[in-house]
Amino acid sequence: MDILGLYHYWIFAVLLMTGFFAIVAKPNLVKKLIGLSLFQSAVFLCYITMGKIEGGTAPIMGEGAELFSSPLPQVLILTAIVVSISTTALGLGLVLRIKDEYGSIEEDEIQGQDQP
Amino acid sequence: MRSKGRISHDGKIRFARGEALLAPHLPHLPHLPMLQVLVPLLMAPFVLLLHPRGLAWAAATAASLMAFAIAVVLALTVVGDAPLTYQVGRWPAPYGIELRVDDFSALLLLVITGASSVTLLGGWQSLARALPSARQPYYFSAWLLALTGFVGIAVSADAFNIFVFMEVSSLASYVLIAGGPDRRALSAVFKYLIMGTVGATFYLVGIGLVYMMTGTLNLADMAVRISDVADTRPVLLAAGFITVGLALKAAIFPLHIWLPNAYAYAPHIATAFLAACATKVALYVLLRFDFVVLQHSASEHAVQFAGYLMPLAVLGILVGSGVAIFERDLKRLLAFSSVAQIGYMLLGASLVTIAGLNAAILHMFNHALAKGGLFLVVAAFCTVAASSQLEQIGGIARKMPWTFAAFVVCGLSLIGVPGTAGFLSKWYLVTAALDYGALGIALVGVILVSSLMAVVYIWRVVESACFAGEFGDDADSDSETAAVPPLLFIAVWIVALANLYFGLASALPIELAASAANLLMGNAP
Repeated sequence: MDILGLYHYWIFAVLLMTGFFAIVAKPNLVKKLIGLSLFQSAVFLCYITMGKIEGGTAPIMGEGAELFSSPLPQVLILTAIVVSISTTALGLGLVLRIKDEYGSIEEDEIQGQDQP
Repeated sequence: MRSKGRISHDGKIRFARGEALLAPHLPHLPHLPMLQVLVPLLMAPFVLLLHPRGLAWAAATAASLMAFAIAVVLALTVVGDAPLTYQVGRWPAPYGIELRVDDFSALLLLVITGASSVTLLGGWQSLARALPSARQPYYFSAWLLALTGFVGIAVSADAFNIFVFMEVSSLASYVLIAGGPDRRALSAVFKYLIMGTVGATFYLVGIGLVYMMTGTLNLADMAVRISDVADTRPVLLAAGFITVGLALKAAIFPLHIWLPNAYAYAPHIATAFLAACATKVALYVLLRFDFVVLQHSASEHAVQFAGYLMPLAVLGILVGSGVAIFERDLKRLLAFSSVAQIGYMLLGASLVTIAGLNAAILHMFNHALAKGGLFLVVAAFCTVAASSQLEQIGGIARKMPWTFAAFVVCGLSLIGVPGTAGFLSKWYLVTAALDYGALGIALVGVILVSSLMAVVYIWRVVESACFAGEFGDDADSDSETAAVPPLLFIAVWIVALANLYFGLASALPIELAASAANLLMGNAP
């Protein structure tokens, strides 16, 4: 097993799990959103590295260009980044409203306030 | 066979059997899959500009009704006939984005657009009370975007396109849920946002891995190309990521914890819309991916699918129904009942037979009718009652007997009493389970127990609405028409009558569901 040769998968897995840990374990809502962003970025990196071929160029026909990298993953990820930004923005908007209504952004304190 | 009667080489459009009736009147028929998405999408920014009271609502309702009309025409066109495909920008299928309306998506389109139209139509007064008037145009715009996302998922034949539409619909649904006056909706929606995004990201990882192995994003093309690599580890990993990710979005049993609070604290009308279609759309993508793409190539996929999902379905049915019995809030009660009903759909699918899938798909349609109707009645109750707590609606049957009658009709449909729509899908499900051998008999037992539990929790509502509480003893007990907004009353009864109608004359959904099941199992209809 070529562990070093597959290092980009290791980066993907570590980033993914770091983000996931923050989502699950942190009670602070903003930290949860940071974790969510990290979680999504890990997937973006996975896509981008997938399309890369060593020595490959942009897919434009021309002198000496024989090996091409696939441009499609990058295009897909451009879209996914937009989705991710909108999600983060909406999430931060929600955090602002939660802060207005509850005066806190700590999950346990918020849940405590709604107990009858 | 598939290409029969579509756009031929010279660019002329030839119509197949079913279209012959409609074609002369509808020159735009080939463009309807695209228009299905474009009508709500283009109306969404337009609605933002409509600030006078009620105009935004009227425009959104008109767009939704138009989408419903398109869905009806599409359903009549594809029923018993070849699917309708549309190549966006005339780029041919595996390279460009393809839209494809077959029997399964047509049935789902009917559910989505129908739910949106009826709830919007009846929802004006209820929403106007829940939202400050300055915020209404934004809310209706978000509603149309949610509708766009849902129908986009249904018509899309491209895995990545489905992801984008899924996020469009999810982001808009978060706004729909959090837009109301109840502050508890905010923390509920934050949880939904986190879990929903994790689910969508899992799905994204999955299609990335499949794309890495097959080099395509078109679902039909993927199903062909995956056969060479189906048993490799990345594809297995992708199947896991996609199934778990979509199970999060579909609120399948252990991943359902976002659902009850999100449904309970959303504005009543938004709950009715989302309960009728949000989770079903995710389940639709799950079935489409697992059956169309993976089922035929990956060895032992059927065993794994049944082995992992059937226990979850059974647990979901029992736990959802069990918790619903002890809930004191009517909306949370119905939300937990939804968790159980999703279990039924999943149970049908996890039998991995044509009969089972048929039952699952039919139940998507029938459950949307029953649950949409029940939540609309809750909205009607809440025009008078202070909240949806069972104590608060005590005696409301004397105040509004006709609205309550609609609740009973939809409730009977949810339980599965003969003569209502819910009976048919449960009958199909029991029949499919009985074909499954010894385990099937245990499954029938689960279905029966859960149906009895449904009788209990619906009865608790009936009991407190009829025999308890303070409503109706006062002098103005004849003021049902004054209490319930007339449009909402009409919408409630449209849905209640639909529950009865599709219980007796259900040719269209049954035929659509049957050929959708055949399609998923890979048999030509």
